[in-house]
Amino acid sequence: MTEIKEQKKEHPKEELIEKPFSDLKYSLYLGCVIPNRYPMIERATRFVFDKLGIELIDMNGATCCPAPGVFRSVDKALWLTLGARNLTIAQNNKTTELLTLCNGCFGTLHEVEHEMKSNPDINQRINKILAEKNIHFDGNVNVRQIMDVLYFDFGLERLKSLVKKTLNLRVAIHYGCHILKPSSTQLFGQDPDNPTFFDEVVETIGCQSIDYQEKLMCCGAGGSLRTGFKDNSLQYTIEKLRQIRKVGVDCIVVCCPFCHLQFDLGQIEVSKFLDDGEEEFRIPVIFITQLLGLAMGYEPEDLGMIKPEEPKGISPFVPFDKLLKKIESIPLDNQVQKIKTNAKTEAKPKAKTKAKTTTKGGKKL
Amino acid sequence: MEKITPNIIFNISNDISDEIIKDEALKIMRACFQCGTCTGSCPSGRRTAIRTRQIMREAVLSLDEVLSDEDIWLCSTCYTCYERCPRNIPVTDVIIKIRNLATQRGFIKPAHQKVTQILADTGHGVPLGLKNNSEENQWSKARESYGLSKIPPTTHAHPEAVLDIQKLMKLTNFDKLLKLELQSTNEEK
Repeated sequence: MTEIKEQKKEHPKEELIEKPFSDLKYSLYLGCVIPNRYPMIERATRFVFDKLGIELIDMNGATCCPAPGVFRSVDKALWLTLGARNLTIAQNNKTTELLTLCNGCFGTLHEVEHEMKSNPDINQRINKILAEKNIHFDGNVNVRQIMDVLYFDFGLERLKSLVKKTLNLRVAIHYGCHILKPSSTQLFGQDPDNPTFFDEVVETIGCQSIDYQEKLMCCGAGGSLRTGFKDNSLQYTIEKLRQIRKVGVDCIVVCCPFCHLQFDLGQIEVSKFLDDGEEEFRIPVIFITQLLGLAMGYEPEDLGMIKPEEPKGISPFVPFDKLLKKIESIPLDNQVQKIKTNAKTEAKPKAKTKAKTTTKGGKKL
Repeated sequence: MEKITPNIIFNISNDISDEIIKDEALKIMRACFQCGTCTGSCPSGRRTAIRTRQIMREAVLSLDEVLSDEDIWLCSTCYTCYERCPRNIPVTDVIIKIRNLATQRGFIKPAHQKVTQILADTGHGVPLGLKNNSEENQWSKARESYGLSKIPPTTHAHPEAVLDIQKLMKLTNFDKLLKLELQSTNEEK
């Protein structure tokens, strides 16, 4: 267990941080919710990585991770088998790094990776099943999550240098569960009751992370709860939304599409649990790569933030209008600089002309 | 005066606990001293009937009821109890194992069974949802409007991969466990 943790902690910091962006290469694991329900996340992520010159290789024929909630709960053996099969796709792509944009997919694939690497019994059993389909997991894949890639592979210094537009938005961060716990295999080496990596990233790219009560609580979607007991899962969500509303933010930022769905669609679904006279929730929910793209100065269209008029009934369910209006009014940093320097240069000639006139005047006098 | 009858625990089959600890990592479950930290830190327990400590007790005592108890499905696997357990019991993993055993004995919610059928049919837990003979729906159109391929490069663009995973489902007896209907049976012949 600890071996993996140390290995993970060492290599991104020592080796990868010095690599130029063009050397970074990942197999992109999409999962289910992103490609099939929140394509704007796929759009924003592909766009930002493309602009940075980082190669994302598709994992052709990938299945559901399978979800750590329902599928692990009903049968762990199949869950391990399909998870290992997904890892072999990254292996066939000749990549060592598998990038997931989801906490659930990360939870599954990372645990499968860990079991396959550290438990010879399981490794043998699962590879024996996979052999029937002529596939074999060799163990040369590291499962990564978008936050871990931003924090270690990009690094805070480099993230800071990418910022072209200081948004200064007030944002509520939702970490989610499977990126923090179990802490024994967590990538960040941080206390799951007091993590900072997400806050650090958000503050580095120019926003304010606003603390709120129950910040680290589960969104309620996981563990097959949303599938089996939707009303119970929404009870988690409404609690978090009420706390977020109390502190007042421009948007909620997430690093997991299932949490994203639970907060976005959830705001419509929790309507039936509102107290008498309680206002409906309308807090925009955006994905970390969308926030990064905005901070890099890209247009909301580029980041999937302009919802098409047709078709109807697609995500996001909480409109971005108010947020987009605010972002529109924020100038690029170099324009702010220009305005500042213009103000200075404007001020200078004025002083000169004033000086001139006085000298002129002085001469005249 | 009313007679006091002994409070007898019934339905002890003595195999649930043994089955759980077949998994080496879960052996430590028997060290549970019922402190209740798990229940105290459970976000689900604050809103629902789930009492993690009770589940742990029932599991250690091999009470059959624990498998049919709907409460075991109220955990959102947030791992808070797992992190805080003073005896280092991987509580969440124990609950997952109990759910596995419950499924083997047929205690499963129809909604969960349905999702496994969707996985077998499409390779996804949440599929794009194209109807037969139709090449697009609102989600594929949404993808297109964002400049993405209409069909994602997952099993959706590679239907042969669905047959692969159905084969894996058969090899692990998952199809029988969840009473799945796999259409590939004929095609293979």
